[in-house]
Amino acid sequence: MMSTDQRLAYMADQIARNFAAIGHDKAAMATADHIAKFWDPRMKARIAGLTDSLGPVAARAIAILQEKGAPPPQTHATEYADVAGAGHDDAG
Amino acid sequence: MGWIGEIDLGTKPMPVTGPLVSLTIDGQPVDVPAGTSIMRAAALMGTNIPKLCATDTLESFGSCRICLVEIDGRAGYPASCTTPVTPGMVVRTQTDKLAKLRKGVMELYISDHPLDCLTCSANGDCELQDQAGAVGLRDVRYGYDGANHLDAAKDESNPYFTFDPAKCIVCSRCVRACDEVQGTLALTVDGRGFSSHIAASQDEDFLSSECVSCGACVQACPTSALIEKEVIKVGTPDKAVITTCAYCGVGCTFRAEMRGEQLVRMVPWKDGKANRGHSCVKGRFAWGYANHKERILNPMIRASVHEPWREVSWEEAIAHTASEFRRIQSTYGTRAVGGITSSRCTNEETFLVQKLIRQGFGNNNVDTCARVCHSPTGYGLKTTFGTSAGTQDFDSVQHSDVILVIGANPTDGHPVFASRMKRRLRQGAKLIVIDPRRTDLVRSPHIEAAHHLSLRPGTNVAVLTAMAHVIVTEGLFDEAYIRERCDWDEYEDWAAFVSEDHRSPEASAEITGVDPDELRKAARLYATGGNGAIYYGLGVTEHSQGSSTVMAIANLAMATGNVGREGVGVNPLRGQNNVQGACDMGSFPHEFSGYRHVSDPEARAMFEDAWGVPLDDEPGLRIPNMLDAATDGAFKALFIQGEDILQSDPNTAHVAAGLAAMECVVVQDLFLNETANYAHVFLPGSTFLEKDGTFTNAERRIQRVRKVMSPLNGFADWEIVQMVAQAMGLGWNYTHPSEIMDEIAALTPSFANVHYDALEEHGSLQWPATAAAPLGTPTMHLDGFVRGKGRFVVTDYVATDEKTGPRFPLLLTTGRILSHYNVGAQTRRTDNVAWHPEDLLEIHPHDAENRGLHDGQWVSLRSRAGETTLRALVTERVAPGVVYTTFHHPTTQANVITTDFSDWATNCPEYKVTAVQVSPSNGPSDWQESYEAQAKRSRRIEPRLEPAE
Repeated sequence: MMSTDQRLAYMADQIARNFAAIGHDKAAMATADHIAKFWDPRMKARIAGLTDSLGPVAARAIAILQEKGAPPPQTHATEYADVAGAGHDDAG
Repeated sequence: MGWIGEIDLGTKPMPVTGPLVSLTIDGQPVDVPAGTSIMRAAALMGTNIPKLCATDTLESFGSCRICLVEIDGRAGYPASCTTPVTPGMVVRTQTDKLAKLRKGVMELYISDHPLDCLTCSANGDCELQDQAGAVGLRDVRYGYDGANHLDAAKDESNPYFTFDPAKCIVCSRCVRACDEVQGTLALTVDGRGFSSHIAASQDEDFLSSECVSCGACVQACPTSALIEKEVIKVGTPDKAVITTCAYCGVGCTFRAEMRGEQLVRMVPWKDGKANRGHSCVKGRFAWGYANHKERILNPMIRASVHEPWREVSWEEAIAHTASEFRRIQSTYGTRAVGGITSSRCTNEETFLVQKLIRQGFGNNNVDTCARVCHSPTGYGLKTTFGTSAGTQDFDSVQHSDVILVIGANPTDGHPVFASRMKRRLRQGAKLIVIDPRRTDLVRSPHIEAAHHLSLRPGTNVAVLTAMAHVIVTEGLFDEAYIRERCDWDEYEDWAAFVSEDHRSPEASAEITGVDPDELRKAARLYATGGNGAIYYGLGVTEHSQGSSTVMAIANLAMATGNVGREGVGVNPLRGQNNVQGACDMGSFPHEFSGYRHVSDPEARAMFEDAWGVPLDDEPGLRIPNMLDAATDGAFKALFIQGEDILQSDPNTAHVAAGLAAMECVVVQDLFLNETANYAHVFLPGSTFLEKDGTFTNAERRIQRVRKVMSPLNGFADWEIVQMVAQAMGLGWNYTHPSEIMDEIAALTPSFANVHYDALEEHGSLQWPATAAAPLGTPTMHLDGFVRGKGRFVVTDYVATDEKTGPRFPLLLTTGRILSHYNVGAQTRRTDNVAWHPEDLLEIHPHDAENRGLHDGQWVSLRSRAGETTLRALVTERVAPGVVYTTFHHPTTQANVITTDFSDWATNCPEYKVTAVQVSPSNGPSDWQESYEAQAKRSRRIEPRLEPAE
């Protein structure tokens, strides 16, 4: 069974791997955006201390979050309905 | 609502496709659509022609010879059920000659029928009895001493209904219902002439036969030959209330037929828009859990899970819950607590639980069971289409030409919709099945898949990308559609990606195990076969690439122009009755109802204004993250409404460790479920029969749930949550769920026009129901995608990290069976156990032989996560190298085996791929033995001490 830190690192790398097809830089931005939108503050804080155990895309994503904060939406998954928007749905 | 027997117009309605046909019946003019039968035309003007074999849910048959009429200019006495109207036709439904003919026929029926009307279970609810009266039968000239069937043995094998051949008039309504409505074709009329009788399968008893116990035959029977055992026991009902089933996401509506507060039977409602008058064994019959002896009716608390439960008053239980959550938050921080909403409960109840967490707990640590089922649907369809819910209504399948079913087993999981689908397939639509198992849809009576792609579990994305490769490289895409409706640049990027040689069917066959020729044929059929509709289930979502697979499906649909009209679309078959609603109501940790992200200041301001408190702007924890945080000591209390995560969620040992690490676990449920073994507070829940509210089904259809009896536990679930909120100082004061829905509508744009009066008026509404679409939206994306342009997304195949190898050479996949529902908390407490008393491990004969296993043998099932034992079922339904089981029984605990791997985007568990080994076993695993002992200890209840008088 993975420890929480191992699981967080695995999750970050898994997200990065699934964005890899769009290229390193875009994948790093998309991974950062994904983590910003879907992870709770404690998870974000812990992953910041795990960059040594991450692959290059995920490590860069964490660096982006630390240096610049959450990026604007990088994929359509993180574009949300505005306050009065109807018909949109969740990104789970 | 009082007793209103359903009106039966005798034959099916005809669509209005041209001018109405004018005719005269009994001197009265009447206009009806062309093709309408004389019987229906007469019934529409209020004249009920006597009938026995006709009913408006079945095709006309014309066998009983009761419904004869006279037609000017036409010889003889044609059957009104099979004779269509013609312009200027003049019909007489009652003449001396007709009366004589009908009476003569009725005499023959009654001469071989028991004359026990007064003690018959259908007395007062029997069409034969009614029609004997209608034709004026007063005596039977033949007497009752001739050859007859009165001593024929009764078949009482089915737990829910009996078949009494003595009362059967062999009208074939049951046979036709099984054929036409259910599509199982389990019944037949065996023998000829006087020997004719209804036979199940090869003249077997009903329980042993192929009958799936959907109840369509019972509903169709005009006598008491087929009748519910509950009617025999209780008597006929005297009132009916329309409500919505609480099992799967099809959302069948039923007439709850009552006698006082006693439920007599659930009969599928003919006007129900989701089920169109059909049902399955669960919704129709499996409601006995509501009164099961194991139901907990009193609140209970305990200081430690090692102690027995102590029954307490509601006041004490609620006050204890509130004080524990406040204590834990003051000790460990605001974010140390959270909750789980229930997809089994109503929209209103779900909304209140997430409101309790956001407003009362002050954080966003709320999640729901969609986490473990269709969260990838949300991610995938939102990314591509702009909205994640199913694009169609269920009626849409009647317009499909090609139906692609991937990762779904609708005949077991969504049986009422499966019957609709099978009807369309029998009419000639083509079927493609992508599934590692040879499900019933692949080949069953009158149904055969044109292509079955039996892929290796975990390779969905590779298979769908190979299909896309064929569609793009063979020029089968719909360029005009894509240019008009989608982002063309993104299409070109995607097309270039899928066209690469290594993504061809031939190149990917080694990964997927799918015959390239068969895959090419399937892709061509989907792209060129007319209206192509995709239906999918958890075999798509419960993978490490669940979200990618959903996007790959959406890509295929857009590339072939198969979104935005009837008969096409992308249709997730959602699992639980209200999982769609639970998602809509803001049950995910990053968004409010209506899918507005918690970080959006405007959205937050709207809820803060309504609720009067500042709200957290950071996403909360998902269920698996809550459990991780609990084992770390950072998450200490969990409020769980109607969810059994210990049995349903993956890697049971990890779930147990997380729960055991918490200081306060509150379970609100009907029974002491498995999760309650680790609970400190138990709040007894109410059943769907005991409360008002709404459910939202897989079509986005919002339907009323109506209270038909008082809650045995004293309160509806929404009232219990309100009491907790009040104890925590929140000023809630709802007096009826309609007030909660008004608040939902005010805060949720897609529900803007959803109010109880509108639901009463229209029966149901499919969201979005807004000012622009006040009556709702049956088909999404009609004139364009919600986001504007459909978006193609590159979905690269990334192999799962769950690998087979010498220690674990087989792949386990899990699923459901028709007679049980998910963790079985309800269905295991009904007579449905007659069909499935235990979970079985399906294993291919080749794999069984290699291990020296035989059918019915106890086997050990081991993975890297754990071990359990169960009995083997040797079958070719699974491919070599693949084994399959269900997760309905806690004694098996299939999720002891499943792992922590999950979907990359949503953490939906990878239930469908676990590397395992199977070997002979002598009995339960160590885990099973210790778990059973612990569960037994945990369920001890100390009787409540009453004060001395």
